[in-house]
Amino acid sequence: MSADIILETEDLTKEFAGFAAVGGVDLRVRRGSIHALIGPNGAGKTTCFNLLTKFLSPTRGRIVFKGQDITAMQPADVARLGLVRSFQISAVFPHMTVLENVRIALQRLRGNSMDFWRSRAVLDQYNDRAMALIADVGLTEFTNWAAVELPYGRKRALEIATTLALDPEMLLLDEPTAGMGHEDIDRISQLIRRVAANRTVLMVEHNLSVVSDLSDTITVLTRGRVLAEGDYETVSNNPDVREAYMGVGHA
Amino acid sequence: MEERIAQPAAVAAPPTFLRANAEAIAFVVMAVGLAVAPFFTYPLFLMQAMCFALFACAFNLLIGYVGLLSFGHALYFGWASYLAAHAAKVWGLTPELAILTGTATAAILGLVAGSLAIRRQGIYFAMITLALAQMMFFFALQAEFTGGEDGIQAVPRGYLFGLIDLRNDVAIYALVLFVFLGGFLLIYRIIHSPFGEVLKAIRENEPRAISLGYKTDRYKLIAFILSAALAGLAGSTKAIVMQLASLTDVNWPMSGEVVLMTLVGGLGTIFGPVVGAFVILAMQFKLSVVGEWVLVIQGVIFVTCVLLFRRGIVGEITARFKS
Ligand SMILES: Nc1ncnc2c1ncn2[C@@H]1O[C@H](COP(=O)(O)OP(=O)(O)O)[C@@H](O)[C@H]1O
Ligand SMILES: [Mg+2]
Repeated sequence: MSADIILETEDLTKEFAGFAAVGGVDLRVRRGSIHALIGPNGAGKTTCFNLLTKFLSPTRGRIVFKGQDITAMQPADVARLGLVRSFQISAVFPHMTVLENVRIALQRLRGNSMDFWRSRAVLDQYNDRAMALIADVGLTEFTNWAAVELPYGRKRALEIATTLALDPEMLLLDEPTAGMGHEDIDRISQLIRRVAANRTVLMVEHNLSVVSDLSDTITVLTRGRVLAEGDYETVSNNPDVREAYMGVGHA
Repeated sequence: MEERIAQPAAVAAPPTFLRANAEAIAFVVMAVGLAVAPFFTYPLFLMQAMCFALFACAFNLLIGYVGLLSFGHALYFGWASYLAAHAAKVWGLTPELAILTGTATAAILGLVAGSLAIRRQGIYFAMITLALAQMMFFFALQAEFTGGEDGIQAVPRGYLFGLIDLRNDVAIYALVLFVFLGGFLLIYRIIHSPFGEVLKAIRENEPRAISLGYKTDRYKLIAFILSAALAGLAGSTKAIVMQLASLTDVNWPMSGEVVLMTLVGGLGTIFGPVVGAFVILAMQFKLSVVGEWVLVIQGVIFVTCVLLFRRGIVGEITARFKS
């Protein structure tokens, strides 16, 4: 495997009761690129993410991240290796503040999370770093809000800030702009571009203008299989893609 | 844009001195109250109640702050009391070492039971903890050293550190008060520690915690062991105070009683289990004249709490206070 491929799958397959949600996917993600995974609902994109981050075990196939076979790893270990995901349904800690949400990630990274005998006040040492991350995603004025009170778009921003706190080499974003208004979409896509400057991003995205704007490579998935791959030009001119995906509009 | 009008969260409001220090004030009131209480009511009742209160606090650490329902917490309470009683009576250990023996036993049992149960979710978790507790109950029933139906009786209170005679009323009361307040503060600290912060995150959204790289099973197991050990501390202390270890403390109704105490007082509140333990115990004490009916009355309270006052006594009070 070539050095500039950070993530590679071979014949990645997940069957649910005989039905292949993901069937024989060979994926190669270049280091430092923004790679989009698109396809109609039910194509197997989220399942793919679950497999890559080991939230599901593949029926068949192999996953290699940074040259290391991670097929048999635990999800927490995959995250520790630097492959960190977000969720399709926004994943925050609802009754913790924005600051506390971000600190939880910093705390894991800096490692005093087992200390049950120390005061929580030791976590204040992470406040500066946390505030910087919060400012990065434009949430400064919400620092002391409980996450549950944030509007939807801000929750996604918080999720990204929390993920970035781990400074992962590779980010998996599952529909980062789903359900957002224009303004939020713009903010999030600018943010993705910015954070992708020195890391790899693999994202599932339905909004085609975001996809064309951001992605270096696009993989089109339908019924669990790769239909086409390439840059936006190539993919959008592919007749199969036009028929199977673009034809029905972006679902 | 769907964004709602910004409404400041409760945390943004400048807290008054009373609000900011409510927990510290409540703690001082509790400590002072318990210190002077023996002048007004039976010290033995108070000591027993403090043991149960610590037991309930330990249980609450698990259900209220990790979201794990253990249905077999009598296992740790009861077996710790057996070991403490045995250590004091047969091995002739000083009371503090006897209590340590019981606590360590509970911690080890917690490690074993926790390792088996932690991977299961919800009701399966509760069932495994119950099954293990039942197994160990039958073991207690059969084993020689537990004294079967008789239990271990006439446990000597002994001399604390070999120096202080615990037959002295003030000395034993001071010891129990110290153990209770110490255990309470430790639980408070655990909840408000970096570790407690992770527990909170796990309870709020476990998949997200995993995706951030937390091995959540490990955190849950440590919480389980801490809870078991603190339940054991309570059970051991009770054995020394009451000079008795018996099947009652290791049997399943005891596991149910600690659930009841926690629920009545307020699950997931720091003072709730203390209040719950005192209320339930006082009730059993006052109602002992009606015999078996006390169980029916407890059942009614249980149902009432679940249906009407889900937050429990302390939970309801805090909710009123906040609004
Ligand atoms: N845990 C599961 N059990 C059974 N079927 C599932 C499960 N998860 C996903 N599927 C099925 O797999 C297919 C792909 O789902 P998903 O990966 O969520 O699609 P996408 O994210 O592309 O919309 C769907 O048909 C879905 O119903
Ligand atoms: Mg999906």
